[in-house]
Amino acid sequence: MAASQRAQLEASNVRLVKDKVARWGITFGGGLVLIALLLIFFYLLYVVAPIFRSVSIDPMHNFALAGSGQTVALGMEEQSEIGFRFDDTGELTFFALKERIGTSWQPGDVLLQQQVASQPTAFTATQPQNKRYAYALAEGAVQVVEPKFRSRFEHGVRYTTPYIDPAEHPVIAIDPQQRTLVKLAYEYQGNSQLFAAVTDDQRVIVNLLQASRSFLTGTTELKPKFTELPLQGSVDDLLVTPDLRQVIVRQGNRLSIFSVSRTGTVTEQQTLTVDRRQFGPITSMSLLAGASSIMIGHDNGRITQWFEVATENGRQYKYIRQFQAGQSAIESIVSEFYRRTFYTISATGEVGVFHTTSEADLYFEKVGQLHAEHLVIDPRANTVLIESNNQLHTFELHNEHPEVTWSGLWQEVWYEGYPEPQYVWQSTSGSDAFEPKFSLVPISFGTIKAAAYAMIFAVPIGLAAAVYTAYFMSPRARKVVKPTVEIMEALPTVILGFLAGLWLAPIIEQYLPGFVATLILVPTSIIVVAALTSVLPKEWRNRCTDGRAAVILVPIVVVVGWLSFELSPWVEQTFFGGNVREYITNELGITFDQRNSLVVGIAMGFAVIPTIFSIAEDAIFSVPKHLSQGSLALGATTWQTLTKVVLLTASPGIFSAVMMGLGRAVGETMIVLMATGNTPILDWNIFEGMRTLSANIAIEMPESEVGSSHYRILFLAAFVLFIFTFAFNTLAELVRQRLRDKYSSM
Amino acid sequence: MNHWFKSGKPYIWLTAGAVSVSLIAVLGLLALIAWRGLSYFWPAAIYELEVTAQDGSTQVIIGEIYDREEVSYERLQESGLAIAGDGDEMLERWLLKVGNRELVPLDFMWVLAPQVVRQDTPKDLAVLERAKDGNFYGYIVDVLENGQSVVTADHSIRDVLAERIERAVQLSEQAADLQQGDIGAINYQLNRLRLERRSLGLEEQLTPAEEQRIQAEETALQQQYQELEKVLFTYREEANRDSVVVRDMRGIDVEIPMYRVLDVAYPNDMGVFSKLGHFFGQVGKFVTEDPREANTEGGVFPAIFGTVFMVLLMSVIVTPFGVIAAVYLHEYAGKNTITRLIRIAVINLAGVPSIVYGVFGLGFFVYMVGGSLDQIFYPEALPSPTFGTPGVMWSAITLAILTLPVVIVSTEEGLSRIPSSLREGSLALGATKAETLWRIILPMASPAIMTGLILAVARAAGEVAPLMLVGVVKSAPMLPVDGNFPYFHLDRKFMHLGFHIYDVGFQSPNVEAARPLVYATSLLLVTVIVGLNLTAIGVRNHLREKYRSLES
Repeated sequence: MAASQRAQLEASNVRLVKDKVARWGITFGGGLVLIALLLIFFYLLYVVAPIFRSVSIDPMHNFALAGSGQTVALGMEEQSEIGFRFDDTGELTFFALKERIGTSWQPGDVLLQQQVASQPTAFTATQPQNKRYAYALAEGAVQVVEPKFRSRFEHGVRYTTPYIDPAEHPVIAIDPQQRTLVKLAYEYQGNSQLFAAVTDDQRVIVNLLQASRSFLTGTTELKPKFTELPLQGSVDDLLVTPDLRQVIVRQGNRLSIFSVSRTGTVTEQQTLTVDRRQFGPITSMSLLAGASSIMIGHDNGRITQWFEVATENGRQYKYIRQFQAGQSAIESIVSEFYRRTFYTISATGEVGVFHTTSEADLYFEKVGQLHAEHLVIDPRANTVLIESNNQLHTFELHNEHPEVTWSGLWQEVWYEGYPEPQYVWQSTSGSDAFEPKFSLVPISFGTIKAAAYAMIFAVPIGLAAAVYTAYFMSPRARKVVKPTVEIMEALPTVILGFLAGLWLAPIIEQYLPGFVATLILVPTSIIVVAALTSVLPKEWRNRCTDGRAAVILVPIVVVVGWLSFELSPWVEQTFFGGNVREYITNELGITFDQRNSLVVGIAMGFAVIPTIFSIAEDAIFSVPKHLSQGSLALGATTWQTLTKVVLLTASPGIFSAVMMGLGRAVGETMIVLMATGNTPILDWNIFEGMRTLSANIAIEMPESEVGSSHYRILFLAAFVLFIFTFAFNTLAELVRQRLRDKYSSM
Repeated sequence: MNHWFKSGKPYIWLTAGAVSVSLIAVLGLLALIAWRGLSYFWPAAIYELEVTAQDGSTQVIIGEIYDREEVSYERLQESGLAIAGDGDEMLERWLLKVGNRELVPLDFMWVLAPQVVRQDTPKDLAVLERAKDGNFYGYIVDVLENGQSVVTADHSIRDVLAERIERAVQLSEQAADLQQGDIGAINYQLNRLRLERRSLGLEEQLTPAEEQRIQAEETALQQQYQELEKVLFTYREEANRDSVVVRDMRGIDVEIPMYRVLDVAYPNDMGVFSKLGHFFGQVGKFVTEDPREANTEGGVFPAIFGTVFMVLLMSVIVTPFGVIAAVYLHEYAGKNTITRLIRIAVINLAGVPSIVYGVFGLGFFVYMVGGSLDQIFYPEALPSPTFGTPGVMWSAITLAILTLPVVIVSTEEGLSRIPSSLREGSLALGATKAETLWRIILPMASPAIMTGLILAVARAAGEVAPLMLVGVVKSAPMLPVDGNFPYFHLDRKFMHLGFHIYDVGFQSPNVEAARPLVYATSLLLVTVIVGLNLTAIGVRNHLREKYRSLES
C-alpha cells in the first residue's frame, strides 16, 4: 500500500516536472519569434553600422630614420611589412616595418640600401598606384627607379624581399640642351613615358617618349617628342596626369593646363586663376586617385577640389568643393591608391583625412602628438607611415568606408565629370579609377514610384470590391468570391512578374489606346447598365438586384474590354497617326519604355488587391449589424448607411488594409525586377521604368564583395525596407487591435 | 436622373464592377496560364507554305505557326519592307517556328499572310526532337546504319526509325546513368580521399602508413574509373552507328546522327487520340527529364526535385517552432506587454519583404554561421567553402523564418476554435496542463496545424527573391540527394521552379523559343500552389463545421 502510494506520488512528481518543463519550453519557443525579429533587426544594423564609424589611427611602432640626407619620398609595399625611403642624396633604403614570423626582423631594420642616382637635382613620384619614382641627374637626364618586391612561399609562410632592377630603367635624356633640371614630373602608361621638367634657365619642357619597334633591327627604341612650353617666370608645381594627356603647371595662384596629344603635340587647354582673395594663396597641389581631380592646398588650411566639367568651351577645370583642415597652411596632400580619400599635412604638423565624394571630414589631429613632416599610405589603406623629427612611426589606420556618409546617401553629390550635382546610383564599374556613386535617392524614389502606381490601381478596385462583397453580396456568392480573390494572393509573384514582363508589356505597348479606352469605357458601361436595370420591366428588374450585380457585370466587363482593345488600332490610326508609341516619343517628348511603370502598376496592383480586399472586407463585414440595421430603420438608404455609418465605423480597418497593401507593394521584388528595365532614374513618367530598393538588392547582392561599402549599403537598403514595412505593419496592426476592442464593446 | 444618382445605385454597381474585374483578373490569369501552358504539350500542326516574295521569288517554308498578328501597311513600310498597299489597311502576318537552328540564321520567321500562295499540312512531315539545336522539321528520307540504308520494302520507314531512335535513346540513357551513377561515385570518393589527406595533414597525423593507404585507395579508384570509361566509350561508339536523313525546307537532305535524336512525331498524321497520347507523353517527359540547352528545352525534373526537397526540409524546421509559438500565444501567454510584443513580431515577420529575409539569410546564415561551421568542421576543404556558401539548408532555414507567421496564425486560429470546455474537463479530471495539451488539444488542433503547414509550403514554393541570394542556381549539376554517403547533401545548391521561370524567361539567350516552356513551368507551379491553397481552405472549412457542432 505504502509502496504504491509512494509510486503514485513519485509519478505525480514526474508529471509536475514534465508540466513545468513543458511550460518553460513553450514559453521559450514563443519568445523565439520575438528573438527572430530582433535578430534580423540587429543583424542588419550590425552589418550597416561600420559604414558610419569614424576614422581611427592607432600607434604601432616607431624607430629611427634609416639612411641619410633629407627624405624626398616614403613608400610601403602591399602587405605593409616593408617600407622604403628615397632621400635627396639619391639613396634608396628599404626597412622592415613590423616583426615577422620566420625572420629576425625588428621594425626599422635596414633590409637593403642602394645608391640609385648620383647627385640628383630634382625628384618626383608617379601617382601612388603606378609605384615609380624618378631622379633628375646632371645635364638634363633622368633616372627612373621602381622599388620591387619578390614573394616566395615556404611551408605556407610568405617571405617578401625587396630589390631593384637597374637594368630595367636606363638613364633617359630629357632636355636636348642638357641643362640641369630643378623640377620634375613623370608618369607612364605601358611603354610610353611623359616627362615635364623645369630647367635652371627657367624653361618648362615636356617630353613624351613612345616606344616603337624598329623595322630593321627589331629592337624597341624610345622616340622622344620634345616641346617647350610658352611660360615665363618661376614655376612652383608641376604635375602630369597618369593617362599622359595633361601637364599642369602652377605659378603662384595661376594654373596652366596643357593637353598632350597621342603623338606628343602640346597645346594650351586652359589657364585657371585660383582667386587669391576667395581661396587664399596656394601652398601645395596634388592629383586625386583616378587623376580626374586636382586637389589644391591653401595657406589658410583650406583644400579645394577642381575637376573637368563639360562647358561650352569644351571640358574645363572648375571649382567643385572645399575642405577645411585647421587654419595653417597645407604643406602637402597625399592621395590614396584607389579611393577618393586624401590626407593632408598642415604646417603646424596636424594630419587631416578627407573623402571628396562624400564630402567627409574624417579626421584632423596631431597623430600621436607628433609634428608630421612626411606621410604615406600603404596600397590597402591600412597603415600610415609618418616621419617626424628624424623618427619614423607606423600607425594602424581604420578607415573602411570613407565613401559613405548620411549626406552622401541622401543628398545631391557633384561626381567627377558630371556637369552638376546629381543623385546617382552607380555602384560598380570596370576600372579601378571609378568613383562609386551611392545615392539611395533614385532607388528609394523608384520604390515609392512603383508602390504609388500600384496603389493607384489597387486601392480603388480592392476597396470597392471589399465594400461590395461585405455589404451587398449575397452570403452564398460571398463564400465563393472571397476565397477566389484571396487565391490571387497565393499566386507566386514570379509568375505575375513573368506575365507582366513578357505578356502584358507587349500588349500594353501595342494596344495603349485600347487600354486607356478600357479605363474610361468600363466604368461608363457599368453605370449605363445600372441605369438600364432600373428602367427595365418589373419582373426583369427584380432579377437584376444589387446583390447580383457582380455576376451580371462579368460578361459586360469582358465584352467592353474586348471591344476597347478591338477599337485600339482604329483609334491609333485616326488620332495618333498609326503609332502611339512614336506619337508619345516625338510629339509629346516623353520617353517610352516597353517595360514601364504602367505595367508594374497593373501587375503589382494585382498582387496587392487581395491584401487590401481581404483585410478591408473583414473590417467592413465585422461592423456590428445593429448599427447598419438601426440606420436603415431610421429611413436611410443602403448607400447612405454604407457611407455614413458602415464605412465610417470600419475606416480604421480600411486604413490598416491600405497600409498592409502599401507594405507589400514597397517590398515586392520579383514583379519590379521582371517588369521594369531596372534603370535608377528620378522621374514620375508613367512610361518609364524604375529601380526599386528590393530589385536593386536582388540584382547587386550576389556580386558585391563581402564587407565592402557596397555590400553594407545594400544591407542598409534592406534595413530601410525593413523599417518602412515595420512602420506600416505595426501601425496597421495597432489600428486593427484598437478597432477589434471597439467592436467587442459595441 | 439626379435623384437616381443620389440613391447610390450607380456607385453600388461600380463597386460590383470592381468585384467583377477582380474575378475576371484571377480567373483570366489562371485560364491564360493554363491555356498557354497546356498548348506547349499539344502537338501543333506543321505547315508547308509556299511564299512569294515582293520580287517574285518563291520559297518553301516548313514550320509551326507560333503567333498571328495584325499590322498596318504603314508600319511594315516604315520598317523597310518594300510592299505596296494603303497605309491605313491592316494585314495579317504569322510568326513561324522553323527550327533547324544550325542550318538557318533564325529559327523564327515572320511571314505575311497575303504572300502565301500555297498552304499544306502534308501527313509525312516529321518533327525530330533533338538533344541539341532544338527541333528539326522535314521529311524523313532514309535511315542509315554505318552509312548503309536499312529501309526495306517490308518495313515502313517510320517503324524502322522509331526502333532505331529507341535504341539510341536507350544507349545514351545507359551512358548518362554510368556517368552520373558509377563514375560520379568514383569522383565523389576521390574528392573525399583528397580532403581526408588534407585533413590529416592539417592535424599533422599524415603518417606514411596513412598516406600509403590513401594512395592505394586512389589507385584502385582510378583503375575502376578507367574500366568504366571504356564501357562508356563503347556505348558512345554504339550510339554513333545510326543516322537519319531528313529533307528540310530548302529541299536538301540532311544527315542527323541518331544519338542526337530523342523522339520523332508526325503531328499532321495524328488523330485526336494519338495527339492526346503524345500530349500526355510530353507532360510525362516534362516532369521527369533533365533540362537541355541552357534550360530552354527538355524537362524540369531537377527544379521539381529541388523545390520539393527544400520545402520538405523547411517544413521539418518550421512546424515545431510555429506550433510551439502558437501554443504559447494561445494557451500560456498572459495579457502583458511581452505577449503584445510577440504578436507585433508575428505580424511584422509576415510583413517584412521577402528580399530582406534573403539579405539576412545571406549575411547571417551563409557568411556568419556557415563560415564558422566551415572553420570548425571543414578546415580541410578551405578556402573553398562547404557551408559558407549558399545552399539548400540555408534556403530552407531562411524560408522557415519567412513562413513561421503563416503556421502560427493558422495554428492559433485552430486552437481558438477548440471549446474551452474540453480543456477545463481535462484539467478537472486531474491532467496537468502539459498533458491536456499533448493528449487533447494538439490532436484536435492537428488539422489546423496541417492547414498552416500547407499554406507555408505553398508560400515557400512560390517564393523566389530570397532564394536567389541563399541557394538557388540556374543549373545544379548534382541533386541534393544521391547514392553517395551521407546521401543528403545539405550544402549543395539546388534548382527551383520559381527561379527557373525567372531565369528562362529573362536570362536565357533565346527567350522567344523558351517562352512556351516558361508557361508550362508556370502552369506546373500555379497548379501546385493553387492546389495546396484549395486543400488548406478545404481543411479549414471542414474544421469549422466540425467545431460548430461541438460548440452547440
